[in-house]
Amino acid sequence: MSPVQTLFGSLSGGTTVTLAVLLPLFGTAFIGLFRARPNLREAATIVTGLLLFGLVLSLWPQIMAGENPRFVLSTPIPGIPLVLEVEPLGYLFSLVASFLWIVTSLYSIGYMRGHHEKNQTRFYLFFAIAISAAMGVAYSGNLFTLFLFYEVLTLCTFPLVTHHQTEKARRAGRVYLGILLSTSVGLQLLGIIWTYSLAGTLDFQVGGILDGHISARMVPVLLALFVFGVGKAAVMPFHRWLPAAMVAPTPVSALLHAVAVVKAGVFTILKVSVFIFGPELISGTGAADFLIWIAAATIILGSLVAFTKDNLKARLAYSTISQLSYIVLGALLANQWGIIGGGMHIVMHAFGKITLFFGAGAIMVAAHKTEISQMKGLGRSMPFTFGAFFVGALSIIGLPPAGGAWSKWFLGLGTLEAGELGLLAVLMVSSLLSLAYLLEIPLKAFFSKPDRPPEQEGIREAPLPSLIAMGITSLGTIGLFVFPEPFYRLMTMVVGG
Amino acid sequence: MSEHLPVLLVVIPLMAAPTAALLRWGRAAWGLATGTSWVVLAMALLILRRVQDEGVISYFLGGWAAPIGIEYRIDTVNAWVLMIVAAIGALVMPYARASFEREIQPSKIPLLYAGLLLCLTGLLGIAATGDVFNLFVFLEISSISAYALIAAGPDRRALHAAYKYLIMGSIGATFIVIGIGMMYAMTGTLNMADLAQRLPEVSSRTVSVAFAFLTVGISLKLALFPLHLWLLDAYTFAPSAVTVFLASTATKVAVYMLVRFFFSIFGPGFSLEVMAFHWVLLPLALIAVISASLTAIYQLNVKRLLAYSSVAQIGYMILGVSLASVTGLTAGLLHLFNHALIKGALFMAMGCVMYQVGSVRMEAMRGLGKKMPWTMAAFVLGGLSLIGVPGTVGFISKWYLVLAAVEAGMWVVAALVLVGSLMAVAYVWKVVEAAYFQEYKGEFEVRQAPISLLAPTWVLVAANLYFGVNATLTSGVATRAAEVLLGVGP
Repeated sequence: MSPVQTLFGSLSGGTTVTLAVLLPLFGTAFIGLFRARPNLREAATIVTGLLLFGLVLSLWPQIMAGENPRFVLSTPIPGIPLVLEVEPLGYLFSLVASFLWIVTSLYSIGYMRGHHEKNQTRFYLFFAIAISAAMGVAYSGNLFTLFLFYEVLTLCTFPLVTHHQTEKARRAGRVYLGILLSTSVGLQLLGIIWTYSLAGTLDFQVGGILDGHISARMVPVLLALFVFGVGKAAVMPFHRWLPAAMVAPTPVSALLHAVAVVKAGVFTILKVSVFIFGPELISGTGAADFLIWIAAATIILGSLVAFTKDNLKARLAYSTISQLSYIVLGALLANQWGIIGGGMHIVMHAFGKITLFFGAGAIMVAAHKTEISQMKGLGRSMPFTFGAFFVGALSIIGLPPAGGAWSKWFLGLGTLEAGELGLLAVLMVSSLLSLAYLLEIPLKAFFSKPDRPPEQEGIREAPLPSLIAMGITSLGTIGLFVFPEPFYRLMTMVVGG
Repeated sequence: MSEHLPVLLVVIPLMAAPTAALLRWGRAAWGLATGTSWVVLAMALLILRRVQDEGVISYFLGGWAAPIGIEYRIDTVNAWVLMIVAAIGALVMPYARASFEREIQPSKIPLLYAGLLLCLTGLLGIAATGDVFNLFVFLEISSISAYALIAAGPDRRALHAAYKYLIMGSIGATFIVIGIGMMYAMTGTLNMADLAQRLPEVSSRTVSVAFAFLTVGISLKLALFPLHLWLLDAYTFAPSAVTVFLASTATKVAVYMLVRFFFSIFGPGFSLEVMAFHWVLLPLALIAVISASLTAIYQLNVKRLLAYSSVAQIGYMILGVSLASVTGLTAGLLHLFNHALIKGALFMAMGCVMYQVGSVRMEAMRGLGKKMPWTMAAFVLGGLSLIGVPGTVGFISKWYLVLAAVEAGMWVVAALVLVGSLMAVAYVWKVVEAAYFQEYKGEFEVRQAPISLLAPTWVLVAANLYFGVNATLTSGVATRAAEVLLGVGP
């Protein structure tokens, strides 16, 4: 009996699932209550995070036993309940999001105080709501519930993106909300309602619900409504919101725009591919043939644009756009390895990219530098930060000893299973590109001479909480290379292996 | 006692209205009006429950049977509408006290309560009666009291607004009474059930002309594009509480009249197959949705912005009706209720701003996110509901509407509905950006609105959220009402 089970063992599965969504909301009450006492306020965030992660962990035995704990919240429309249900793919997403929330909270304490940000209570409040929404996305039992939490996630991150309330933030907020809402309302919702009118249900079912209800001619159209309608997956041409969102404080970029929000997007596409269409329908009708190449184009173009960016966060944003399409590609290949690779990449990319963002934030707080060209020689004053950055970069590129190697391996297998050598080439080229644009940064920091040496005197490492957070995620990245097994097991359960 | 509920529902506020006018003290009139509105709500709920359990209620005024006497006939459709009107009335009355005291001369306040009660009487009467001439009488009661209420607005332009509404409203009422007269000439009855029976037997050109007169007259009353111009000034310049009341009830009752005439009296067969009204209304509704939403984006006065948005929302309701399927009608009827909640909440929030800042122009919103956090939070949530974000009532309406369009294979309509909600994002967000991204620059200190204004506002906001995640009740009733109108189902 592990301590986790002792603590939460008495709860039934359905209750645990519901609590996992509600717990961060209870946390907001304490965050609001302690608004005048920052230490207690942050303690409330961390305690909530730990409890949440404990709750999620306590579900592990049930998931492994093949049970899907389920809880019906209410019935908004007759026949379409608001329902939470955990299956292995959602469980994987929730594990990553809830764990990285704790780490990010730790990081935020260092960053927000080091950067003297205003309105910190509001920041932590909406952060907690965002995690609640992300858990809701992970545990949605049908497409209707997923859409609800998806939109809540869009809206509650708006105040985080526009945290500084400047003119620049206002304009970025418009792009953010404009693209995310118009794709979700204009395309995704139409797809959902269409699906409902065809299948008469929106439940996620193994093998999909659409088979036999839709003519082969219309499958590509409906699939396109979802792929483009899930704007959070940032498939081009609906990717502009992600670079715009970089005006946010760095912890927001780190957790939301490398983990929770964007992964909610690709997670939705995976869910739709596996549980709404079903792999057979997609591969049987060749529905994704055209969309796969859009994802491939996003992979290459994202990497190419990343090259041109001198601003570190902008470069990371375009790198994210490119990496997200790896997962979309896996979902659209809709074969066993593609889906496993896509799911694994949710985890691997999350750990790698959050480390990179933490690094970017640490540089900003400690050295007040945002442009890559200014970072020459900075590695000597901030060796730990750039070391962690290096490990994160390895994972994104897909090199051992970082976890990213596994997911790229499986995705490569997926392209071979589909017999698409061209796609394999795309993956390889993009990896090479990311090698160049990511490794440039630590190399410059460690091996180049600073342009104006005196300027860099007095720069020291970032605040301690931020360093601890970076340590955890970069070690995690290496750990995932050695122990990818739990996530691999979850993904094999998804594809029914 | 309980068998007299249908008539008491109308008689009680009718008696209370002159009493309120006689009370010289504003607070006393307020107490009477509030008490009355709550009694009315209780009765409306009892009626709705009875209709749900026992089916149609038929009540003969003075015990005179149908062809000679007036019948009050209440089925699921009008029980639903009665409940909406009564519920909004019961929330507006407590809200009105502080709002009137700030905006209206003390000596006129009792008269305004009398006006509100009369308007309530008229709207309830329209919904309750089963006699078309009686319906016309109540229509005039509600309209004339509405003209007076609008004219009482604090801005002098209110007089012009009321005058415009008076002219347009009178034309509408005249068209309606001409239509009714023609029907009477052809059938010799004014009872709705009798009309429904006899009209198919006498189908002639006169009936078609009557149909046309009624369509135009009612469209004027419900402000369907392009007959919506009176609504803009009326909503903008009326006293805040009056705007809340009219925006949430008056046009809804007009929509009810439309479906009652089209489906219950003329019958779906005649209206759809012979007159093909939906091919007339559908394009108008779509134009209303798109053009009014677009115009709303450019408004500099938030009440006017919301008024344009109302025109668009009426477009949604008529769109649902003109899809003429069970799902479409459900969408339309559901949106009657949902839009009352949405616009009620939004206009109430604007009333709070008017109370504290004295203006509802866009520049007056600057920095209010910080100065009046509860008011603006209510506005944001109401705005999200207007946009149709999932978890709010607006989403439920939009769900049914798009589903109905998809079922009918009208992809363009489905897409335009969604485009309309994206335009709503644009105009709601203009207010949000002013409130949260700009600093307050006024000279005097702005404080939080009083609790008597905030409480009703937040009741409506809470209802927006509650019926957004638990719409089994509302969509169940709306679906049953749609089935009643189309004559299908149990």
